[in-house]
Amino acid sequence: MNWGSWQNFLAMGGYGLYVWGSYAVTLVVLIAEIVALIARRRGVIERLAKYYAARRRNHETEA
Amino acid sequence: MGMSKTGRFSWYYFSSPQSFYPLAGVLQPWFAGLAVALCAVGLYISFFVAPTDATQGDAYRIIFIHVPAAWMSMFLYLVMGFWSGVGLVLNTRLSSMVATALAPTGALFTFIALWTGALWGKPTWGTWWVWDARLTSELILLFLYIGFMALQAAIDDQRRADKAGAVLALVGVINIPIIYFSVKWWSTLHQGASVSMTSAPTMAKTMLLGMLIMALGFWMYSIAATLARVRCVILERERHTDWVAAEIGGQS
Repeated sequence: MNWGSWQNFLAMGGYGLYVWGSYAVTLVVLIAEIVALIARRRGVIERLAKYYAARRRNHETEA
Repeated sequence: MGMSKTGRFSWYYFSSPQSFYPLAGVLQPWFAGLAVALCAVGLYISFFVAPTDATQGDAYRIIFIHVPAAWMSMFLYLVMGFWSGVGLVLNTRLSSMVATALAPTGALFTFIALWTGALWGKPTWGTWWVWDARLTSELILLFLYIGFMALQAAIDDQRRADKAGAVLALVGVINIPIIYFSVKWWSTLHQGASVSMTSAPTMAKTMLLGMLIMALGFWMYSIAATLARVRCVILERERHTDWVAAEIGGQS
């Protein structure tokens, strides 16, 4: 498949809006999920680290 | 890894969250890498190898994400239903965690299938949406995923949340054959199955190849995303155990 020029490639035979609208939203959705997963992992580790630190402090004051 | 105390390999070993957590961590980057590679090859075929369609022009190129996303939306639901069922019957914690981890990715692929379908429907059918059996049952699938997540989030007691979610997931499985066969059972604007086991392919070979490689890419992506999410779920739910405390202690 030879598109000839970038203009032709972006135009997608007149269906550019529909084709690129589909691919762009798919890409955004998948990247958003990846970012959310990285943020969730960081958040979980941070929260649990605080939770264990608080638990250690409680044990020390009890003892 | 994977060895029982007697030295024999055992699948049961990995049914404990503690042993699955590191395994998922090792496997996840491999599936992520495969997803990137397959999608790169798939996209190249989709745009530079596959020819322009004789009847639909280049609008048909939406097929390379629409059909794989629709397949994943249904397949992930079946996998979610399966692990929900296993968790319900055998009371294995990891099964329920995997089901929980699958839902958001399944919902996203359902959304992608609906979105790309609308953008494909407009130029080919002249409408973004029709309330026909295929489109409506796929929309119901999105609501099932969202319902599953909302129900689990609404119940504080984890065991009850897992059970309620599993019942909803299993009841919803009935929707999958309805989606799949809807184009046969009811008259619809939507075209029939893109790939059939019983008849010769109607698509050009390069079109079919691009679609299948994209489907494999989405599949690998789904596994990578689910493994990453199940690791978060495991840490959250097993936080009262010593091994998670040790794991977090080593992290920070």
